[in-house]
Amino acid sequence: MSTEFLSGDEAFAEGVRLARPDVISAYPITPQTVVVERLSEMVADGSLDATYLHVESEHSALSAAIGASTTGVRTFTATSSQGLLYMAEGLTYASGGGFPIVMMNANRSTALPWNIYGDQRDALSLLDHGWIQAYAVDAQEALDLALMAYRIAEDERVMTPFMVNLDGFALTHTYETVEVPTQEDADRFLPPYQTTNRFDLEHPVSIGFSAGPDTNDIFKYREHERMMQVFDVLPQAEEEFAEVFGRRYPGVVDPYRCDDAEFVIITLGTVAGLVHDVVDRLREAGTKVGCLRLRYLRPFPTEALVEALDDAKAVAVLEKDISFGHTGTVFADVSTALQGAHLDLEAYNFIGGLGGRDINAADIETIFTTLQRGDTDTLHFLGMGA
Amino acid sequence: MARALDLMSEDEPFYGHKACAGCGASLAVRTALKVLGDRAIAILPAGCMSAVGFNFPQLAFGTNAMISMFGGTASLMSGVAAGMERLGEDACVVGFAGDGGTADIGIQALSGAIDRGDDVLYICYDNEAYMNTGIQKSSLTPYGAVTTTTPIDAEGKATRTQKKDMLQIVAAMGVPYAATASIGYLDDFATKVERASHIRGPRYLHVLAPCPTGWGTETDVTVELAKEAVDCGLWYLAEVVDDTWSISRRPKEFSDIRTYLGAQSRFSHLQETDFVLLEEHRDHLWEQLEGHAQDAC
Repeated sequence: MSTEFLSGDEAFAEGVRLARPDVISAYPITPQTVVVERLSEMVADGSLDATYLHVESEHSALSAAIGASTTGVRTFTATSSQGLLYMAEGLTYASGGGFPIVMMNANRSTALPWNIYGDQRDALSLLDHGWIQAYAVDAQEALDLALMAYRIAEDERVMTPFMVNLDGFALTHTYETVEVPTQEDADRFLPPYQTTNRFDLEHPVSIGFSAGPDTNDIFKYREHERMMQVFDVLPQAEEEFAEVFGRRYPGVVDPYRCDDAEFVIITLGTVAGLVHDVVDRLREAGTKVGCLRLRYLRPFPTEALVEALDDAKAVAVLEKDISFGHTGTVFADVSTALQGAHLDLEAYNFIGGLGGRDINAADIETIFTTLQRGDTDTLHFLGMGA
Repeated sequence: MARALDLMSEDEPFYGHKACAGCGASLAVRTALKVLGDRAIAILPAGCMSAVGFNFPQLAFGTNAMISMFGGTASLMSGVAAGMERLGEDACVVGFAGDGGTADIGIQALSGAIDRGDDVLYICYDNEAYMNTGIQKSSLTPYGAVTTTTPIDAEGKATRTQKKDMLQIVAAMGVPYAATASIGYLDDFATKVERASHIRGPRYLHVLAPCPTGWGTETDVTVELAKEAVDCGLWYLAEVVDDTWSISRRPKEFSDIRTYLGAQSRFSHLQETDFVLLEEHRDHLWEQLEGHAQDAC
């Protein structure tokens, strides 16, 4: 193990190198570029033995990754924003075909207006495409998720592609100290990929085909079931992760001072760090507040979320996203979970950070104040005077 | 010398599919896979051949096969080729995409695979329209043809654009092997598939494959029509090996295009001015071809 000063993109690239992918196919887009530059350097200097395909678009990046995955080798791609939207067609091919591709997505605003800065509309708008989606809070978790993503995606019970999300700039370009595991430890945690879902010259197969109304639902149901297996596979994988690397992750959600919390902000990504600071301060003043960070958005952590909100009177979902004409996408999912559990609490939605606008401590305090005071409006836009 | 057709496998690697009676494209796929044998991994995007060959549980491919994104034939092939190379396995990654899947939505990915020099054999089966979706115009639909998106207009015209010349486009991108063929000259096609299979790098084959459903012909004239297309000069058989052009079949005298076009209902509205325009286009194309071939001498 070594301690290094790395940006989120660089940390993720280190994680990918340790995962030993065979084929990398990627197309550059800000703020993902650093990760593909580092990986290119690693391939060029021989510290990563992989084939790097210089594709001509994101559509081809994912298409080639799917192609490589059909031969049973480990594959990686990375993108952001419009690039993710451009490869969206391939997302369902990868998930429907059961190809455990790992993708890093640098969360970035979607056009128009054109904007390169961070929000989460890109990935959240694609939650329904059958990929596991996780959101990192810092560079260490980003690196660790690179390894965890392959471990989970390639589990024979799961066989589902995995998208790791890093907040654009806030995480991709922010430098932190990161513990980089040894290759030996990485190999202990992540065995070589083995699968029967691949082309075989001795025993030819059709591994992608059409299925009509008589059989289609069987495949879709199985796809859903595979995704739900993450709930069973993740705890064991995180336990082994802790044994090998000495870092323990809390599962699909990351509750912070939620045990007796009456007012909880539910959020995802890097902004959770800021919420923690405000929670600490308000706790010192005697207010029972907490933060619940959703680490995984797919599969959606309904059970863990409901459990963490045992004592909550009011919650706010803070997200850098809006499903135009409705609410934030995460709020809609959280509301479904709360309704299913028949929890008697008030739920509010705060939309902020769109196009990279800063969310500050005062915003977080405003949210907690609203939770304590109550409000007639469910939906609020931070920084818009709402 | 034994003919490529005689050397083909007796196995049927494309069998039990649901193609229309008289389908030219299915003959091209079947023939190519018989030439390539067990090493083949077939990639097919949305289109006629995937629609008729991949109906679970009635899967018609005897070789490894997969359906790709519509515009992703070449990029998926690149990934498969990269993976097989990593594994040290000697596969022949072959793609079968239609004219729309190649010259329209798939041309970007094809260009990428050629740029990278990926080890893939791309075969375009050209039935001159989006036949699977119900006969809509593609950029390889010839001038004059009626399709469901180019009906006869107020001026009596249907398709107003000329067919893109994919061989010249691909050859300009620089490939070790590119060729045109027709299922009307099946031995020439099989020979070219065989030849391409022994070359490494990006290879491109473009085979004309008449479609009775879309062209408006009887189902028992497909092969004859595919011959006639070559004999009248509207389609040509050529080969480009390492930038060197050669014409595989040079009719001494072109047969009358009216015979070829007259056999198809999609051209039944054409007038003499249209025939003249098509002949001029044909002659211009052949001048280009002869120029390329001359350069090679």
